[in-house]
Amino acid sequence: MSIEIKNLSHIYSQGSPFESIALDDISAVIDKGSFIGLIGHTGSGKSTFIQHLNVLLKPTMGQIFIDGIDINDKSTKVKSIRQKVGLVFQYPEHQLFEETVEKDVAFGPENLGLGDAEIKKRVKDALTMVGLDYDKIKDKSPFELSGGQMRRVAIAGVLAMKPSILILDEPTAGLDPRGRDDILNVISELHRREKITVILVSHSMEDIAKHVEKIMVMFDGKIKIFDTPQNVFSQVDLLENIGLAVPQVTYLMRKLKEIDPLIDQNIYTVQQAKEEIIRMMRRRKDA
Amino acid sequence: MEKMIEFKNVGYIYEKHEGAETVAIDGVSFSVRKGEFIGIIGHNGSGKSTLSKLINAILFPTSGDIWVAGINTKDHSRIWDIRQSAGMVFQNPDNQLVATMVEEEVAFGPENLGIDPKEIRKRVDEALKTVEMGEYKNKKPHQLSGGQKQRIAIAGILAMKPKCIILDEPTAMLDPAGRKEVIETIKRLNREENITILHITHYMDEVVDADRIIVMDEGKIAMEGTPREVLCQVEKLKDLRLDVPQITELAYSLQKEEIDFGCGVLTVEEMVDRLCQ
Repeated sequence: MSIEIKNLSHIYSQGSPFESIALDDISAVIDKGSFIGLIGHTGSGKSTFIQHLNVLLKPTMGQIFIDGIDINDKSTKVKSIRQKVGLVFQYPEHQLFEETVEKDVAFGPENLGLGDAEIKKRVKDALTMVGLDYDKIKDKSPFELSGGQMRRVAIAGVLAMKPSILILDEPTAGLDPRGRDDILNVISELHRREKITVILVSHSMEDIAKHVEKIMVMFDGKIKIFDTPQNVFSQVDLLENIGLAVPQVTYLMRKLKEIDPLIDQNIYTVQQAKEEIIRMMRRRKDA
Repeated sequence: MEKMIEFKNVGYIYEKHEGAETVAIDGVSFSVRKGEFIGIIGHNGSGKSTLSKLINAILFPTSGDIWVAGINTKDHSRIWDIRQSAGMVFQNPDNQLVATMVEEEVAFGPENLGIDPKEIRKRVDEALKTVEMGEYKNKKPHQLSGGQKQRIAIAGILAMKPKCIILDEPTAMLDPAGRKEVIETIKRLNREENITILHITHYMDEVVDADRIIVMDEGKIAMEGTPREVLCQVEKLKDLRLDVPQITELAYSLQKEEIDFGCGVLTVEEMVDRLCQ
């Protein structure tokens, strides 16, 4: 399911003294089945942008097509778009409300008017996908779970809608390192196995570098860069100027290059850095 | 050396519904010297936040005792002395700012302490200058970035002239620039104003410069030591659901390939030095 954004602008409180341009004429194509990282400082327009993708906000100008369908066209049913495009907000566990985990995850599919057997299957599948044991957890209250578990239940609630596009707004904020890795691994696995398109909003350059295929960099309501991690993280000065950073290992490789010009500085994961340093050590040994 | 905080066999039990109990803090003893910078790490539910609330007398130990600046937190008559000595900054900047203007926000604490308005004026200006937000004093808090809001929260505490600041995941919601601003601010306060810092975080790279790291697990202190001593133990930290900075991880994986660095490389500069010896 490809997403095509054409000259999209969004102006908050247009015509009032508080008017502010949140999105400024952006255009992009997000390929079906891709894994996109969306980065940008607070206030750069990320949240406004993703809220357009499932019609929580409507464009002031411009259009968005999902699989060729104009999602804001009068003949398009908003409900069908929201089923296709699953949006996981920041701190989604704050939205849990049901008495049991099973009821909470079932809430979405029930609203789709599905049969009981199908709902049950979807709930079970969704909980399994996020790495929870359905039989053990289904009757528990969501509020007696740990923070990481609550967040997974909340994500399962979105997955039970079987979206073909999954958008997550900082899904790991406030989680401990293991909880963070668990959630990101679940998302990567879903992307690989179910071929769903994923848009991951994150402030952690390390996490983005480790998981995504392409990075969209937003600044001042515009898309500043939309390219591979390699091509994005090579622009250190630009990223720093707009309040971002590169992974710690990228800084290391740039320093090493000043000393050893043969070093490849376009490196952004620990694994790549390790291999490059081993090559450097071998060169030294041979010299 | 003057003790800023002391825990002696502290236990804290949360009572849940139907009489069920959760032991959040379990027989913890430690002390913090005046002017120390302590990093506190631990997985979700390990007891970090309970620990910080105990220091600030938001919670009281169910067993054992805590002294903050020499005052026992159980001494209810001195609760405001404790909270003035040890200020807290929380995770979500939007939940802790109350005023409609930055300088009013910073004045809120000292006003509640009943301080003379002239003195408040002076303290507000000084505090804003210290966090490098002086030019924003007439702005509205909601117009600021996350990092700026956290610095205003810190300024609000500074205006109460605290001896110690406890920060509970102050950078969890911030973008990279915001994180950097906040971390640089608290390091400077520690260095230049000799304010004791307890920094609770999930970002390991934020504690590499701490004087000491305390690792919490199941309500107990699982590890304690200098950043090098603690972050050296990569496997043990991973067992505790934690990790190490990318650079430390890299050094550790190179170590496995028999490239010997010795233990615990913590920063980019150290790594460059060791590779280019």
